[in-house]
Formats: sequence, C-alpha cells, structure tokens
Amino acid sequence: MLIIILLVSASFIVALGFLIAFIWAVRSGQFEDKFTPSVRMLFDDSKSQESIEL
Amino acid sequence: MVYELLDAKDLCSYYDLSDRPGTIPPESGFDAQYGFLNDPAIESKLLEFKDSDISKVTFSIPSIHCASCIWLLEKLHDIKSEILQTQVNFPKRELSITFRNDQITLKQVVELLVKIGYEPYISLEDLDKNETHSTDNRLYYQLGVTGFAFANIMIFSLPGYFAPETIEPTLKLMFKYFSLSLALPVLFYSAQDYFISAWNGLIHRGVNMDVPISLGISALFLQSLFEILTSTGDGYLDSLSGLVFFLLIGKVFQKKTYNLLSFDRDYKSYFPLAVTIIKNGKEKSAPVTELQQGDRIVVRNQELIPADSILMDGACDIDYSFVTGEADPVRKEVGDLIYAGGRQIGGIIELEVVKEASQSYLTRLWNDDAFTDSKDGQIITLANRVSAWFTLAVLSVAVSGTIYWSFSDSISAVLVFASVLIVACPCALALSTPFTLGTTLRIFGRNNLFLKNVTVVETMSKIDTIIFDKTGTLTVNKPTGIEFDGTELTAKELSMIKSVAHQSTHPQSVKISQSMETDELKPVIDYIEKTGYGIQGSIREHIIKIGSAAWIENIPEQFKPTDNTSKVFVAIDGIFRGAFRIGTEFRSGLNELLQSLASCRLVMMSGDNEQDWDILSRLFPKRTDLLFNRTPHDKLEYVKEQQAQGHRTLMIGDGLNDAGALAKSDVGIAVTDDTSSFSPACDALISGDSLHKLETFLRFSRISMRIIIVSFILSFLYNFVGLSFAVTGQLSPVVSAILMPLSSISIVLFTTMTTQYYGKLIRL
Repeated sequence: MLIIILLVSASFIVALGFLIAFIWAVRSGQFEDKFTPSVRMLFDDSKSQESIEL
Repeated sequence: MVYELLDAKDLCSYYDLSDRPGTIPPESGFDAQYGFLNDPAIESKLLEFKDSDISKVTFSIPSIHCASCIWLLEKLHDIKSEILQTQVNFPKRELSITFRNDQITLKQVVELLVKIGYEPYISLEDLDKNETHSTDNRLYYQLGVTGFAFANIMIFSLPGYFAPETIEPTLKLMFKYFSLSLALPVLFYSAQDYFISAWNGLIHRGVNMDVPISLGISALFLQSLFEILTSTGDGYLDSLSGLVFFLLIGKVFQKKTYNLLSFDRDYKSYFPLAVTIIKNGKEKSAPVTELQQGDRIVVRNQELIPADSILMDGACDIDYSFVTGEADPVRKEVGDLIYAGGRQIGGIIELEVVKEASQSYLTRLWNDDAFTDSKDGQIITLANRVSAWFTLAVLSVAVSGTIYWSFSDSISAVLVFASVLIVACPCALALSTPFTLGTTLRIFGRNNLFLKNVTVVETMSKIDTIIFDKTGTLTVNKPTGIEFDGTELTAKELSMIKSVAHQSTHPQSVKISQSMETDELKPVIDYIEKTGYGIQGSIREHIIKIGSAAWIENIPEQFKPTDNTSKVFVAIDGIFRGAFRIGTEFRSGLNELLQSLASCRLVMMSGDNEQDWDILSRLFPKRTDLLFNRTPHDKLEYVKEQQAQGHRTLMIGDGLNDAGALAKSDVGIAVTDDTSSFSPACDALISGDSLHKLETFLRFSRISMRIIIVSFILSFLYNFVGLSFAVTGQLSPVVSAILMPLSSISIVLFTTMTTQYYGKLIRL
C-alpha cells in the first residue's frame, strides 16, 4: 500500500518535471522557429575567429 | 563584391570570407534613403528594447534564402564588433540584432545589412505593429497541460480497467480524487476555448462544431463528478482528458501557418517609409505619415510616388503597372497630377503634394467595406451545418431514452441521459475536418499554393466563377516575345542597337537589349535620352535612334502606329529601319489550364488596353467575358455584382489594382513570382509556376470535402454503436475509454491517409 503511494507520487513528480520543462521550452521560444536551430548546429566555429573587414 | 560571395554561397561552398576583403562604395543617396532611421520617433518604434548601451531590433529580410545566409548573418558580430549578437529566424525570414547603441546607430546597422546584400524590409506596418505570439503559445501550453493530465489519469485508471477487485478501497478513492484534481485544469484551462466558441456561436450564428463538443465535455465532467462524490462509480475523467487531448492535437495540426508569407498586407507595406522633403532649399528625410499638403518632395528613379501630387520639375514616366495593371509607363508633363502608387522611371523629379498619403486616390480603395468585413463570419461551413443536425439528433435521442427509462427506473434515466451525451460527443466528427483540411493545406503548400487558413479549402470547392487579371497574372514580366518588322538588320547593326538600348533604364529599352543575343557591347558616345520620346547614340560615326513615332522622322505610312500595341521604332543614320513590336508573354500551360476550367465561368478583367484582345480571345474558351480598361474600383464592383447574382467567385490577381477584388471575392488568390515580395491582401498565394495547376487544386479541394463527408458518415457509425451501449444503460468507463480513442485515431488515420492517397493520385 505504502509502496504504491510512494511510486505514484514519484511518477507524478517526474511527469510534473516534464510538464515544467515543456512550459519552459515554449516560454523560451523554442517552438517559434523549428527550422533554424537545425541548420545552426552544423556551422563550424573555427573560421569565425578571423577578422573580416567590410 | 559581396553579391558574388553570396552567389557562390548558393552552392553552399563555405569559403573563408577574409579571402576577399572587398568593400563596396556606399551608394549615393544612402543618407537620403535611410536618413529617417535617425528620427528618434521612428527609431523607438522599431526597437524592441533599448537601455543606455544596448539596443535590440528585429528586421524582416526577404532575401534570406539558404543556410549560408544564416551562417553569414549570424557571424555579423565578427564583421562589426559593435554588433553583439544576431539571430536568424529562417521560417519568418527575420533577423534579430543586439547592438551597442553608444557605438553604432540603427542607421549604420541597416547600412551594413544593405552593404552585404540583405536589405531589411522596413514598412509603415512595422511602425504600428503590436503583434503578440501569445495565442500560438497558449495552444502549446494547453496541449502540454492536457497531455500531462491525460497520462497521469490513465495511470490511475488502468488498474480499474483490468483488475478492479484487487485495488484497496482507500487507494481507489485516492486515485479518483487525484484524477479529479488533474481534470480541473483540463476543463477550465485547456478546454475553455471550446466553451467560449460554443457560447459565441450560440448567440451569433447558431450551432457550430464546438456546441456538441462542449455538451459532451460538460456531460463527461458532471457525470464523473457526481459518481466520484457519491462513490457510485469511477467516472469518465480518462475519456474527458483523452478527448481534449485529441481535439487539441487536431487544432495544432490544422494551424499550419506560413510565417514567411503575409496575407494581410495593405497599401502601407507597399508604400515607402520615408520621403525626401525639400524645406528651405535643404533635403530632409521625413516619414510618409507626416507628409502634408503643399510639401515639396523629391522622388528618384524606381521610387514610388507616396501621395497624390503635382509634377513641378523634371521629366517623368510613371509606371502604374502595379496600381492599374497597365503595362506601359505613362508620360507626365510639368503641372500634371500624379496619383500615388506609381513608380518613377528616369531621373529625379520634384513634386508638390496635394493630398496626404492616407487620403490619396489609391488608398481610398482600402476604405471600401471589402477590407473591413471579415469573410470568416459569413461562411457557414459544412462541419457547422452537420453539427447543428448532429446536436439536435443527439439531444432528441437523449431525451427519448430518458423518457423511456423514467417509466421503470428514474436513476437509470438520468444515467442514460448523461451516457448519450458522453458517447455521442463528436470527437471523431470534430477531428475529421482539421485533419483532412490540414493535410490538404500541406499538399497545396508543397505545390506552392499557400492558403491563409483551412476554411479556404472549403470555399475553393464551391467556386463557379473564376476571374483572371491580365498583367502579371496571365502574363509574365519577361523580355521575350519581341518581333522586328522592317529591313533585315545585320549582326553588326543588331549589336549597335543593343549597345544603345543598353544605356537606358526604360523598360522597353531593357526588353529590347535583353532580347538580342549578341554579347558584344560597343562604346556609345553622344548618348541622349529624351524621356517620353526615345534615345540616341553614336557608334563609330553611325547615329542610332530608338524611340517612339515622334522621335523618329520619315516613318513609312504602313508602320505608323495604328493599333494599341507597343511599338519601338529604329533609325540608323537617319534612315528608318523598322519597328520592334513588344508583345506580352503568357505563362506556360495557360491554354491547357483554361480549357480544363471549362466547367466554370471564366472572366478576364484587366486594367490594360485592348492590345492583347486577339491572343486572349484565342486562349480563353468561347463565351468568356474579356473586360479591359477596368479601374481597381470597377474590378471590386464587378466582383460584388457577381456575388449579388449568387456566383461564388475566385479572383486571381497580382497587383494593388486587384486588391479590392481579391479582398471581396469569395477566394482571392494572389499570383507572385517571388513569395517574399509584396502581394496584396488575399486568401491564398500561388507561385507563378504553379498557376497552371489551378484546375487540379480546385479538383483536389472538392475531393477533400468529399473525404470529410465520408469520414462524417464513419463517425456517425461509431456514434451509432456507442449510442446503442448508452441507451441500454451499459456504458461503462472502460467501454467509453476504448471507444473514444479508437474512433478518434481511426478517423485521423483514415482522413490523412486518404487525403495523401488522392493527392498522389492526381499528382499533387
């Protein structure tokens, strides 16, 4: 009996954690642009160190 | 040149930028063009955030088109250290820039962008924008909350489905109250839009789809509440949260939006943001909105006339093609009135404003009711019509079931009433429309027809009259279809004509010079361009004159312009050689398209003159109305007339001159060759290359509607099965919990798969 209550509350807390993570993701704008990040992560950082004159 | 860099980047070759440290000399008139950005009032409207040393701004940049663009733009902080951070939103073609405002001004930031080839699109609309994304995000929050509640309630309910006897009573009770508390946010937060919409529907337009949904949700909740509080049963909270979860997924699916495209643009986004005013002999940049009667303004080559004004100085050819649909520029003399919206071709002109920008001839079109009425309110969709009958049927079954049972058992009678409402909740019914139309929207999008929202599909399926605009819609603005009449020209003469024509920016000169295949350009001396007449230049003692009939002497009688076609005459060394006939080129596949549309009434309505009557009358099926010389207002009135006669109209146009007709028409489709460029307010955007598929699109919209009807029948069958459980009083939570998702998922699968299948079948 007690163990079930413990398990239920544990699973509930885990689920709540996911809900909070989801709300945070929406709030921080991760659902506004679902395309650009997929491209951005492919860019190399190395070349950007050199200065470019324009 | 950075342009070359970018061109190379199209091939996605990532090279080292510092290999080519090229600087572009700032274009003359940079100051005049972006001077308005130094105006604090404009600046504060554009900036999203500003404190003592950091500012943040977001620009719309239509020229963002590939991964390399993102790469370059997000490396701006390496190019200029005053820029702290840049972030691209590719689907929206937007760039957010954070920069140090104590070291660099907004104007300098914009100039930098222009230099590297990413000219931001700043329009009057940006200045009065109050967009918020809260509605979009709210749907995600609702979905998240419901998903959370649904999953947890299922955890609590599962033991009850399979082994109800083994659970201890205290645990069972705890599970029930847990479920109840989880269902509360689902009911009051996630499902609130259905209640609001149903209520609004009931007061305004009768029964919509949300009425039976709200009835079902309420019945589910009240019955569960009653059972849990009185400890008479387990309740249906699992079904409740599942139902809301599926419905919200349908909503998200239906809400496919094309961020990049703007369907609600008005003249404001077409007009320039700032104009150059001359005050006390000095040029000054000022916002268009501050333009007053009597102001003196300067308009340069390729700039728009912002307000109705009188030409004071300079030569001018005004290209009204976007406003009236007329293909050829109009010659204006000093003292003539020039309407706003025309584009100056040629040199710098000075104008005196007679009317403010918002009062001009062109913008008056926007005061018509067509722009203020929302079409959405008028459409009674198939789904809403069905749900009205559905609600009525369900209520009558519930009432008669209750009456029947009330003779024998009054408690069962109440139970039956609730069960009928619960089981008849039109989940499957409500899902068939969003999933079918959402899929249709995506298939259309793949074929470059972008709909504003899903209701357009239904309206498209009922179209019986199609009205075409001519310039820019049926025709392409490309330099082909040029014929030469007269004495045969040698290759040398052709290259001389090309060389002279190349000197001019007049559209007809450009067309002529582009139509000649020779690449060789000879140096031209003594070049003269007399606006409205023609051009002249010398190449190795030969004098070449190209221009109108008034520009060239001794034109033989048979060449004299008699009809309405545009002709450009050529003389070499004073001897008349012939005339270029500049025809209009029609889009490919037009003939097949027009023949296949024979089942609809076709109309062609143009602001241009009758020069293409011959070709058009051959292109269109017989009995087509070919209407010429129509003003924007005429077009709008014509659509109104057709609608008054009970026709459902589809207007296809491209320019501001069609804006009224597009807005008024049941479906207005704007044709564009470049989706990032300006297009008038419309229900859908179609890319020029896809126009020939119009008939297929219309056919597919009708197929989609048929798929919806079939899935309605299917969900009625589900309801019939469910109701037979309900009226006999056998609806247990398990049956309900199985029936609900089963019917929903099967309907979702059925609609999306059949829609995809038919899309493939007719090759979309």
